[in-house]
Amino acid sequence: MLGTIGGCYLVLMVLLLVANASYTDPSHFKAILAKPEIRYAFKLTIVSCTVAAIMSLWVGTALGYLLARFSFRGKWLVDTLVDVPIVLPPLVLGLSLLILFHLPIGGQRLEDLFQDAARWVQGRLPSWMPEAVRTTPLRITYGVPGVILAQFSVACAFAIRTMRITFSQINPRAEQVARTLGCSRGQAFWRITLPQALPGMLSAFTVAWARSLGEFGPILVFAGATRMRTEVLSTTVFLELSVGNLEASVAVSLLMVAMAFAVLGVLRLVGGELGR
Amino acid sequence: MIQLEDVSITAGSFRLSGVSFELSRGEHVVLMGRTGRGKTTILEAICGLRPVTTGRILLGKVDVTNWDPADRRIGYLPQDLALFPTLNVYEHFAFALRLQKRSREAIDQRVVEMAELLGVTPLLGRQIQGLSGGESQRVALGRALAAEPPVLLLDEPLSALDDATRLEMRGLLKQVQQKTGVTILHVTHNRHDAEALADRVLVLEEGRVRENGE
Repeated sequence: MLGTIGGCYLVLMVLLLVANASYTDPSHFKAILAKPEIRYAFKLTIVSCTVAAIMSLWVGTALGYLLARFSFRGKWLVDTLVDVPIVLPPLVLGLSLLILFHLPIGGQRLEDLFQDAARWVQGRLPSWMPEAVRTTPLRITYGVPGVILAQFSVACAFAIRTMRITFSQINPRAEQVARTLGCSRGQAFWRITLPQALPGMLSAFTVAWARSLGEFGPILVFAGATRMRTEVLSTTVFLELSVGNLEASVAVSLLMVAMAFAVLGVLRLVGGELGR
Repeated sequence: MIQLEDVSITAGSFRLSGVSFELSRGEHVVLMGRTGRGKTTILEAICGLRPVTTGRILLGKVDVTNWDPADRRIGYLPQDLALFPTLNVYEHFAFALRLQKRSREAIDQRVVEMAELLGVTPLLGRQIQGLSGGESQRVALGRALAAEPPVLLLDEPLSALDDATRLEMRGLLKQVQQKTGVTILHVTHNRHDAEALADRVLVLEEGRVRENGE
């Protein structure tokens, strides 16, 4: 019975992939990979998903540990806030980010503050660094940092949830014993709890990476879908679809499925090793 | 060696107050009492894992009430042992010694010494998963004793063992104390363990500690 119920879902997933695959052929893949803008989107997707996942893991580990281990006033509020990106429509999150960065706070917008800070840092970079790095104006909204921030905003919520569950399954007593053996609180965390949390961290990274890969709404609203600038594969599917190029759109979708399979597969393998 | 002076501890809605007792150097004192009366809470307060609301805890005449657990140098064996799943037996024994930044040779020497005392030399390279109850108990004991703490707190160390292993561990605890001279505060609700091991028995009743027979 259970097998039948689970099997139905698996059959649906396989049928979806088969349907996509039947709508395309190798020539479509060749065509999309020959396009410089799609190659750029592919590279940006890999980079932005990885950066967003690393950031999510970093924040998720800290906040997950805090929520799993400590009781404090207002914990319910933190707990609820963490879940907001999960329940909020992605488009709304993108819109909220856009408003936040353009809302004048104390006479200045967050976007302007970031650009000023970026210019300040660029002005102090050593001359041996590439000129593009030293002089290209940096911006969050409608820029690559915007893509990463939009992905991070959603992915991080999932990483926090995963890390919270991970830490709540680790016996806090071991950490306490480590403290009686001479560890500070931080050392006990690094030496005892974190090594036990590694498989969970890997899961959190995987979930965050996968969420970032599939993110579309917030990126479109907050970072735009400008070719050769802020286009990632999820927005490529939309752009190709909007100009009626269904074959390319399906081919890019399958490419994303392949990427997800590759990343999840590699991480599962590494996770299996860590688990042992 | 250990002195509790009018100590009060609050843990949520649970409260212990006016706890006072003393252990002399090298004594093996058993603290008895029914489940849920706060025996573990007292051990946690002594090793600094639970704050004390009033009163003082003295170790060798030094007031350590507000000290961090790391600075108290107390060996602690919790009821669930809380072994470190990512470390092997050798690393458990070497854990506190590495934190003290002892030399590699000194660590090796001490680990071998502890392993011989506890009869776990063949297990040194093993991961803790798959160790028997008695072996796990010995590893936890070795981890707590490796850095030569003057005080050892044992929380129901024999409760999860079968009769044969329990007898064996009782013998081992006696032997360890004779060889190391460590002062032991041992929590149990088992009268036979208390009779076999204790120099003195304290009883925790209605939030107060008294000498057995008082």
